[in-house]
Amino acid sequence: MPAGASALEMVLTGDPGLYSIVGLSLYVSLSAVALAAIVGFPLGAFLALVRFPGRGPLVVVINAFMGLPPVVVGLAVFLLLSRSGPLGFLGILFTPRAMIFAQALLVLPIIVALARQTIEDLWAEYRDELTAMGIGPAGRVATLLWDGRFSLVTTLLAGFGRAAAEVGTVMIVGGNIDGFTRMMTTAIALETSKGDLPLAIGLGLVLITLVIGVNAIAWGVRRVGELRAG
Amino acid sequence: MHGNFSDLPIEFAGASVRAGGVAILDRISLVIAPGAPTLLIGPNGSGKSTLIRLGMGLIAASEGRVLWGGRTSADGARCAMVFQRPVMLRRTAAANIDYALASTGVSRRARPKRIEQLLADVGLQALADRPARRLSGGEQQRLALARARARDPEVLFLDEPTASLDPAATKAVEDIVRATAAAGVKIVMATHDLGQARRLAGDIVFLVRGRVVEHAPAERFFTSPSTSEAAAFVRGDLVI
Repeated sequence: MPAGASALEMVLTGDPGLYSIVGLSLYVSLSAVALAAIVGFPLGAFLALVRFPGRGPLVVVINAFMGLPPVVVGLAVFLLLSRSGPLGFLGILFTPRAMIFAQALLVLPIIVALARQTIEDLWAEYRDELTAMGIGPAGRVATLLWDGRFSLVTTLLAGFGRAAAEVGTVMIVGGNIDGFTRMMTTAIALETSKGDLPLAIGLGLVLITLVIGVNAIAWGVRRVGELRAG
Repeated sequence: MHGNFSDLPIEFAGASVRAGGVAILDRISLVIAPGAPTLLIGPNGSGKSTLIRLGMGLIAASEGRVLWGGRTSADGARCAMVFQRPVMLRRTAAANIDYALASTGVSRRARPKRIEQLLADVGLQALADRPARRLSGGEQQRLALARARARDPEVLFLDEPTASLDPAATKAVEDIVRATAAAGVKIVMATHDLGQARRLAGDIVFLVRGRVVEHAPAERFFTSPSTSEAAAFVRGDLVI
């Protein structure tokens, strides 16, 4: 049996199970990236602009955390959110919210580290001009984030790639519950261990197609934006 | 928006700027008073750019001090600056002006009219919606002038604004500088182009190796310079 056939069939016939898995994957990973960006962009800009004791080691640690093992992040969030953990009262373990939270933590160092580098390079170019215009710290951050927007899109894509590809955190904090917290990656892991390789491969192909799609859209937005605003 | 005090005269009182033990500016004593444009001339490395940055308050004096209308800080001073290679924000030409207007607290409602006027003053109204970074070098320099003027400065510093421009673009910039001076803005401009200094200057500050060698009204400087270095420079000899 050709590997992608059953998955292709599911896509073409609009299999509701598949669509809910795809939908949840996109929802969780995009939300996680959005959350990480809201926190990570200003944080990256802060690190780029402000000199303080311990900044160097902090930058090193954040750069290193770009390679955090997902299962470790998953375990940490699991402990945080478990009933006896400090955030246990939220009662969100094994829900999509927990998965978003965990993936956001996983993606955050990537966003902060890459944003810091982008903003720092831009700041080197803008420093004199913005200082001469008397722009204060908050204005500088806003200006650099806005003028760095096309480069920062790539930062978001790196974060999204990480979130969409990982299986460790969502497996641990989501639990891979059918119809509720099952994502593409956890489904692939499950189908592989069950021996349904054609379905696993098919899901893998769908996942790769989705990631390419998201990147293509981002690329298009960036191109149009650059043409219009330079 | 602005206080009632004036930032002029700008007074350099024994001001030095050192970097790594080397004096880039060496005990500068100089008063920049209201009036016709002050042109800073001198060979490369004589400290023209550093003097402008010091006057703009972008750097601090290592020794001595600088006074803006008697105040020891340039904070809130109505100074604007055009760099040799101005950095265009990654936005349209109009948005670059808008940004400068917003930075001085001009209300959102009042801005469109001002933007139109400022762009028209530098002949760029047709390019308002172009990305600023796609403009030619001369157009970018004119936009930088409009952006600096948007801050409604009392003093406008220019650091060799025509250094990399062709004669037509240079003329356009000089015309804007002249119009700006005529509108009552004090111009302080560095140039290594003697012809330009002759065309624009009210007074000349002649710098060599970080020292003010001569400060004189332009006419006197060019007809009867009082130092041999200035005389050599005016003749077109190499002053090192």
